[in-house]
Amino acid sequence: MTRWYARDPARERRAEERARDLLRSTAGDNALEMYERLGFLAFESEGGEYGYLIYPHRPLVGYDARSGELLSEYCVRFRDDSDPEAGERLPDADDVLAKWLALRMDEDHTLRTANVHPLGRQLDPAMVRRDLAALQTWKATA
Amino acid sequence: MKLLRMTPGRGDVLLAEGDPEVAEDEERLIAEFRRQLELGMWAAVPDEGPGGRREATMVRDFSEIPATTERVIFFPKAAGG
Repeated sequence: MTRWYARDPARERRAEERARDLLRSTAGDNALEMYERLGFLAFESEGGEYGYLIYPHRPLVGYDARSGELLSEYCVRFRDDSDPEAGERLPDADDVLAKWLALRMDEDHTLRTANVHPLGRQLDPAMVRRDLAALQTWKATA
Repeated sequence: MKLLRMTPGRGDVLLAEGDPEVAEDEERLIAEFRRQLELGMWAAVPDEGPGGRREATMVRDFSEIPATTERVIFFPKAAGG
């Protein structure tokens, strides 16, 4: 059965504002600034070996944090179908925060849960390389 | 302590709030905590680690929540996309 819901841009905007507040209070001011400036979050594993670009409602992209080599797409989602009228997608900033929390709480489990694909399945590798370069520039100036 | 849940269309909503030191509040917080887990949510306790590093811990039972915790954030379990 096809499920649909009526989009309400004003409600979605308010939800995104709340989600950004939650992102800031949970992941920090820098995380919110990164998300607002670049459109994604970056997460580095505990040992600093791997990094991930966290896009809203798009796959995580893993990369070698030392060489910058892009590795794989990790497709993971956080579906909530408790209120059909609201749809099942979290606000963008909540989706990003959910991925950040999942990686922070248990990186291995999150990656095991994900469907793994070579880079390019959903995201344009050239765009991801530009995003990674933008991240390095942002880090150098932040 | 506040129990918050990320939701589609609204952002985070406050599910319950109370002082776990007060028996009546604790009972209400525990009931809501269990209800969210039964609904398939994950529960995250955000924290600040050494040097201000932002951390988060998954909790599977109310008793695992540190006494100083101000917020528990519920969100849907991860699934392969």
